[in-house]
Amino acid sequence: MKSLVCLKQVPDTETQIKVKPDGTGIVTDGIKYVINPYDEFSVEEALRLKEKFKAGEVVILTVGPDRCTEAIRTALAMGADRGIHVNDESLNDADPYSIAQVLAAAASQEGYDLIFCGHRAIDDDFGEVGAMLAELLQLPQVTLVTKLEIADDTQSAVVERDVEGGKEVIEVPLPCVLTSQKGLNEPRYASLPGIMKAKKKKIDKKTAADLGITSERKLAPTEYTMPPERKAGKKYEDMEPAEAAKIVVEALRSEAKVI
Amino acid sequence: MSGNLDYFGESHRIFRQSVARFVEREIKPYVDEWEEAGEFPRDLYQKAADVGFLGIGYPENLGGTEADLFHEVVLTEELTRSGSGGLAAGLMSLGIALPPILALGTEEQKERFIRPVLRGEKIASLGITEPGGGSDVASVRTRAVRDGDSYIVNGSKTMITSGCRADQVTLAVRTGEAGHRGISLLVVDTNSPGFTVSKKLRKMGWWASDTAELALQDVRVPVENRLGQEGSAFYGIMRNFQKERLYLTVMANTTAQMALEESLKYARLREAFGKPLTGFQVTRHKLVDMATMIEVSREFAYRMAAKIQAGENKVKEISMAKIFSADICDRVCHMAVQIHGGYGYMREYLVERLYRDSRILSIGGGTSEIMKEIISKIIL
Ligand SMILES: Cc1cc2nc3c(=O)[nH]c(=O)nc-3n(C[C@H](O)[C@H](O)[C@H](O)COP(=O)(O)OP(=O)(O)OC[C@H]3O[C@@H](n4cnc5c(N)ncnc54)[C@H](O)[C@@H]3O)c2cc1C
Repeated sequence: MKSLVCLKQVPDTETQIKVKPDGTGIVTDGIKYVINPYDEFSVEEALRLKEKFKAGEVVILTVGPDRCTEAIRTALAMGADRGIHVNDESLNDADPYSIAQVLAAAASQEGYDLIFCGHRAIDDDFGEVGAMLAELLQLPQVTLVTKLEIADDTQSAVVERDVEGGKEVIEVPLPCVLTSQKGLNEPRYASLPGIMKAKKKKIDKKTAADLGITSERKLAPTEYTMPPERKAGKKYEDMEPAEAAKIVVEALRSEAKVI
Repeated sequence: MSGNLDYFGESHRIFRQSVARFVEREIKPYVDEWEEAGEFPRDLYQKAADVGFLGIGYPENLGGTEADLFHEVVLTEELTRSGSGGLAAGLMSLGIALPPILALGTEEQKERFIRPVLRGEKIASLGITEPGGGSDVASVRTRAVRDGDSYIVNGSKTMITSGCRADQVTLAVRTGEAGHRGISLLVVDTNSPGFTVSKKLRKMGWWASDTAELALQDVRVPVENRLGQEGSAFYGIMRNFQKERLYLTVMANTTAQMALEESLKYARLREAFGKPLTGFQVTRHKLVDMATMIEVSREFAYRMAAKIQAGENKVKEISMAKIFSADICDRVCHMAVQIHGGYGYMREYLVERLYRDSRILSIGGGTSEIMKEIISKIIL
């Protein structure tokens, strides 16, 4: 079972994001970066498959600047075998389509039984790359995967996915693209021996030219803005509770216009 | 944390994230309960072993993972960040119990006494301090008398971290003449007849670690459990203290850092006389003093760790770092409680525990006075 895990490095969820004064992006100074949490589920699932079938390989595939090696190295520390890092200036701030193109080109060079993506990245929240990648490679895809069972002959998989209010079970032939959802598994800790071993694992560096592609972005952001600051609340003091309730309800209706 | 770039590389950052997550999931949700209970579940040793934390810095052929001193700094910092110094001290008591075995033991002894501890199957303690005295290591009274292939050991030890549950104790005993030349180290199996935990000690802080008074009455210990030559243990014990002092220094700096962080949060939120506490210059300046002391202490400790890492002998400086950091930790924690007012005295607030946990740091692993004795011998 050879799994390709598409992995993105994103700002830690606890980071306070600030928009640059000129609105062209976010301020990246001082941001702590982590593996996109949904991609961590992918890494874990791929490792479990390799352990179960006692054969195969887990390859991490990342597009992004230099800092992303740390995310790849973390996945290698968890147990993945090697990494492919597509690092190209032209791809910084790429849109989902360009990313999917790059991933498709790299995946085609590499070969695979399964491709994992996170169902979305928690930074820009597009949730499009997995689906586009499957289309570009003309592969079947199952999104929002919460359970995966590979058939013993490794020709197909039974997959459980989230649907509104319940679960859907789908049988899918391999190779295919799966996008991971919370609940799929509990990712392991990178162990200390794993971290030390990962230092020696290979990360192949590639440029867009190595993959024979030029990015064809379909989307370009025009401006980034912060959500409006919350206004200070209003206090209703020194009155009888019944009276206060009446005034508050009236204010919610006529001033705030929320009820 | 800022300014660590010189000392911490990629593998340290990844390790920090891994330990932090372990602490977040496996420790923090339960830590208040464990503090009150006076111990943590035994299977935490197993969990920490499984991710290789216990084996940090030990040779691979014993089941450890070779790592540098800054990986150990990271581990100490992040375990301390659980908010329970006791937990960090208890979980890592092997950090003081095993180094003498590694330094003085034979291959066979290392295999027998180190591997099971790194696997999380056995708990290890270090037993030096006696009711009659701790600082004066050369005056150890617990006596081991040779009887054929064994020693018969009689005496008592006190304030032994992890001692209530330990499976083995690296025990300082007197095998010969008075003074430092008569001291040996034996690894004692706590299941041996005559070995008893006479008391689980109740403490000011470090609640989550069990601390024991131990009694040994005619305990038979095979000679093959002796580390090194008879009567040669004193310098092994003393060397061992260097690492312990670095751990305690790092723990002090981290404890102080947490007290500062709690105080910053609290001072922004709490209002008095119609403005937040940060609106008072006296509070702002106090916070600045705290931050300054911590910054200086931490940078000095890192620098010394880097020098030790590079192979330099830093006995004097690491002793200074321990005195300095423990003192600053006490002062910062005192200020942190002050900023919290009455709430700082309440158990629901972390600073209450940090304040209590801080006090041990200028006592354990050699008191500040003993540190000064060591330094004065070097500089005078
Ligand atoms: C929570 C906790 C955990 C511990 N864990 C362990 C453990 O795992 N293993 C272990 O072996 N021990 C452990 N100890 C014991 C610790 O190492 C001793 O408490 C410490 O070394 C001091 O010894 P003492 O308490 O006997 O004090 P004493 O040696 O009696 O000292 C009393 C006072 O006299 C001062 N003093 C002593 N000699 C001199 C001198 N020459 N010049 C100036 N002043 C001096 C001391 O600084 C101190 O202020 C632990 C202690 C605590 C509190």
